[in-house]
This record gives sequence, structure tokens and C-alpha cells, in this order.
Amino acid sequence: MTPGTGERFTAVVIGAGHAGLAASYFLSQRSIDHVVLERGEIANSWRQERWESLRLLTPNWQSRLPGLRYEGPDPDGYMTMGEVTEFIERFAKICAAPVRAGLNVTSVRPAEDGYELTTSQGAISARAVVIASGACNAPAVPALADAVPAAVRQLTPFDYRDPAGLPDGGVLVVGASATGVQLAAELARSGRPVTLSVGEHTRLPRTYRGRDVLWWMDAAGVWDQRYDELEDLGRARRLPSPQLVGTPERTALDLNALGAVGVGLVGRLAAVRDGRALFSGGLRNVFSLADLKMNRLLGTFDDWAAQAGRDAEVDAPERFEPTRVPETTRLQLNLGGGEIQTIVWATGFRPDYRWLDVPVVDAKGQLRHEGGVVDSPGLYALGLPVLRRRKSTFIYGIEDDAREVVDHLARYLTAVRM
Amino acid sequence: MGKWSEEKGTKDMTTATNGVNVDALLEAREVLKGAPEAAQFTWRASSKWQHGVHSEITIQNYFGLGQEQSHKEESVFQADHPEVFAATDNGITPIEYLLVGLASCLSAGVASVAQNRGIQLNSVESVVEGAHDIRGILGADSDVRNGFNDIKVTFTIDADASREDIEALVAQSQKRSAVFDALTNPTNVTVEVA
Repeated sequence: MTPGTGERFTAVVIGAGHAGLAASYFLSQRSIDHVVLERGEIANSWRQERWESLRLLTPNWQSRLPGLRYEGPDPDGYMTMGEVTEFIERFAKICAAPVRAGLNVTSVRPAEDGYELTTSQGAISARAVVIASGACNAPAVPALADAVPAAVRQLTPFDYRDPAGLPDGGVLVVGASATGVQLAAELARSGRPVTLSVGEHTRLPRTYRGRDVLWWMDAAGVWDQRYDELEDLGRARRLPSPQLVGTPERTALDLNALGAVGVGLVGRLAAVRDGRALFSGGLRNVFSLADLKMNRLLGTFDDWAAQAGRDAEVDAPERFEPTRVPETTRLQLNLGGGEIQTIVWATGFRPDYRWLDVPVVDAKGQLRHEGGVVDSPGLYALGLPVLRRRKSTFIYGIEDDAREVVDHLARYLTAVRM
Repeated sequence: MGKWSEEKGTKDMTTATNGVNVDALLEAREVLKGAPEAAQFTWRASSKWQHGVHSEITIQNYFGLGQEQSHKEESVFQADHPEVFAATDNGITPIEYLLVGLASCLSAGVASVAQNRGIQLNSVESVVEGAHDIRGILGADSDVRNGFNDIKVTFTIDADASREDIEALVAQSQKRSAVFDALTNPTNVTVEVA
């Protein structure tokens, strides 16, 4: 189709997850005509790309979107994926988002007056585009996976549904952020011997002084810290997700808890050589770094509670046992000997911008943007780590970001018209 | 409330006089972010066998910042084995050079991180112990490895800081240490006959 012959909107939002829908909510509030393009269904990643047992890390009371909050019976619980999907669908109905589902965007490129999109249902043009396609479109698997012997089955969190889908026998889980610790625990409970490869990680208790740790992040103002006031924004954006799980028992899922259920800990996977996995001997130091960082954060909470006069509302300050260092840790594992049947790569995710024909993606595959204002006029992003605040990637973190990004977009439209 | 940062919060940099030019290091970091080719260094040591298990190693030149560089002076090291190995003990054993490297690298890291965090150091001492089962190198037991089984570093640090801040210095110095990384992670090694 020749440029300019397709449909035209003032703005196009790519992705109908919570971020894209929040953008739609504020665009509608400002009467900016727009469409939300979705490759699958509303909340598609939550439906298709998550394992069975996953629940949100944030408590229900914290799950809120513009004009919608949790009103169920269990404010301290954590939503299942089915509940998240329902919640986001309800939000789409409330804001009457103009969603076009089952439509794949294959190209976005600059045009004379904005952007030209090629989609599976024809051309669309718009003066402004909001990219809300998510930060976790594909699992990031390290190149050393290629050297793993063929007899070992390799899975990413996108392939994993439940332990029954794995062969019997030992599992090596690589990566100890939220995904890795959750899958390691679940696989250990299924009776499989589990080894967890641990690099730098973020340790957090589930509850602190009687409150959910994410209540503290919110109340003490940590989550509201803005992207432009952080000392090292790049680092904040790369921070591994915290070792947390949302369970009705509100239990901690740190490395001590994993050790207690029999998960063996090894250092960061450094190489696969001659069919053997070689692990870093620096495990003690990643434990120290994580313990120190957690204690500094808890100290920040204590300071805040004292200064804000909130000590009476919460329990007394507490400190947790340092991460227990195993007496001996294995530095290598023979992957060909049958001990390890499966490797699960819990090594993070990356966004996919192959469809974005605008030179705004850096050498590491990340979008170049300043608080969601992408380095190309009229192009915006939402739902990326620490986009404008520490809370940006959490469901309840989208409201402030979406409002401010849409404010900028509206000013841009007005300025260009003049 | 205090500001939360992943790293230890930066204090007033001007208060510490540890002698590390942190500004220059931070500037180099910024420059090299955009010029990865200039960041490629090659370190070189030249060895000459003397007699028995004694070798002499000299180090002067290296490559970095896109060109050949030179230390102010040539350094000469003797490596030998002790008399209990029935050797002449003209210098320390090669594996002890790894301890030299680790101790000096971690100490440099402690000083740099302390400077960056505005922590005044009064003294930094460390003892590095490498546990070594020599049955490996003697071929006495094929299940015993040749290298260290375990390395332990004990720092004694006097600084104007809390114990927790000092522990954080030591943790961060390991995180950014070339030798710690080289010892804890496998490295490709190619040995050829010219």
C-alpha cells in the first residue's frame, strides 16, 4: 500500500496491556483521537507468556489503574494471571479503549507528518505513536547456551508452564531474580534435584515490620523516585527483579528459603566448556552485596518511619539472617552425565523492536528515551523499567507515567500545529 | 527521607584524602563508554628461563588507548620454588604471584571506592591465603586439582566509617576487580610455540 492511502489517526498506541490502555485513557480524556493496536488480545502477554502458578508481586490493594482499584475480599493477596487478565480487561471496558486486536504491526517509520505504520491489516498513519509493547518480549538467553550438550533440554520462562512439562531428573536454573527463584522453588517441590546458578541479585523480604515490603517501597517514597534524580539511571534500569513471590502465606523466597527446600546454590554460570558448566567462585561476594543492599534499604525504611512518625503503625525494626554460604559450592557440573536433564534460562528478558524502523534503538537493543519521550519527535514509550519513576513497570506505576507522557504528547501536537 | 541508591550513597568527595584521582577515573569511564576500541588493553610479561625451576620475568610495555604504552620503569621479577621443593628459592613461586595480584587489586579497589564515597582510610591491610594441595601438581592423585582449592582474603581496615560501610567497600572492590574476576571465572588461555 502506498504511504498515505491507509487510515489516519492523530495518535496510535502499540500494545493493549496495562500501559497501552493507560495511554488510551489519558488520550481519551484529552479528546485526542487514537487507536490501540494489539497483536493478540487485550493483556496478551499475561495470557500467553506466563507460567501457571505465577501471581503478581504486588499486593492486590496496590493493583490500581486510572479509575480502577481492587475491591475484592483479599487486599493483601496477590492476583493470579487469570485475575490480572480480568482486571486489565475491566480497565479496557471502563475507559472504552478503541482496541483493534489480532493486528500485527510490522513496521513503523517516519513520514512527512508523523509516522507511517505497516500492519497485518493495512497501512495506518498517525502524528504521534506511543510504544507500549512491553519490556519483556523475548527471553534473553546467553550465547553460551549454544555449547550445552544436545541431550539436555533447554527451556525459557516463555516455554515453561509447570513442573509436569519437564522430564524427570535434575534441573539447572540459571538466574536468581524473581523468575529464577520462583521456578527453582516450584521445581524443587516437584521432587526434582535443583541447582540454582546465582549472579548479582536483589534480595528482599516479603514482609518487613509486619507490612508488605512493597508497602514500604511505596510509603517511604522509594518507588516515586524520579528517573532524573537517580545517581545511576542505567544501573537502576538494569536492576534484577527482586527475589519475591506472591503467595497467600506471604513467605520470603530468598536464597536461605531455597536452601531450606534443598536447592543447591552455585555461582554465576561463566562458561560451558567440553560439556561442563563452569560457575564463578565469587558466590560469597554476590551474597554480601545483596545482603548489604537489602539492609541499606531497610535502614531507609526505618529512617522514614521514624521521621514521618509512623513507628507506632508498624512492628519493631528487624534484620534478617545473612545469606548462608554453603560449606562447599560446586564450580563445575558435567552436563553430559545425566545429572542435569533440563536447563531453565531465567536470565532476563528483552524488548523486541525489530518492527521499529526509526533509529532510536541503542547498541544493546534498548530504546533511547528521556522519561518516555523517545529521541524522535512524536514518538513516545510507556511501561519500561524506571521510565519516569522506580515504580514504572508495576501496574500501579503506570498512571503517573501515562499522564505525563500523554501531557507531553498533547503539547507536541499543539506546538506542531502552530 | 534519605535517598536510596543501589550503590552506597555518595558522600562529599572532597573530605577524603586517599590519593585516588576519582575524577579522572570517572571521566575515563564516560569517554570510554563511547569509544570501546580505546578501552582494549593488552598487558604483557616476558619470561626468560634461568636455571632449574627459576625464571626471570620482565614487564615494561603494554598496549592501551589505541597505542603502545610504557611503564615509567621496567620491573623485573624472580620466580622460583622453595627449598622444600628441592629448588633454589631465588624468588616466590608462580602461584604466589596470583596472591600478589589479588591483594593489590582488591586494595586498589578499596581505596578507589572509598575515595568515591568520601570515606577517609587510615590503614588498609590484608592477608591473602591460598589453600593448595600439591598432590595435584606432583601427579600423586588425579582427583586433586593443580590450582588453589580455596583462597581467603582477610582485610583489616581502619577508616572513618561504620563497619557496614567498610564491608560495602570490600564487597564493591571485589565486584570491580580484574584479578578477582580472573581467578573466580574461567578464561580462555592459548599457549603456542612460536
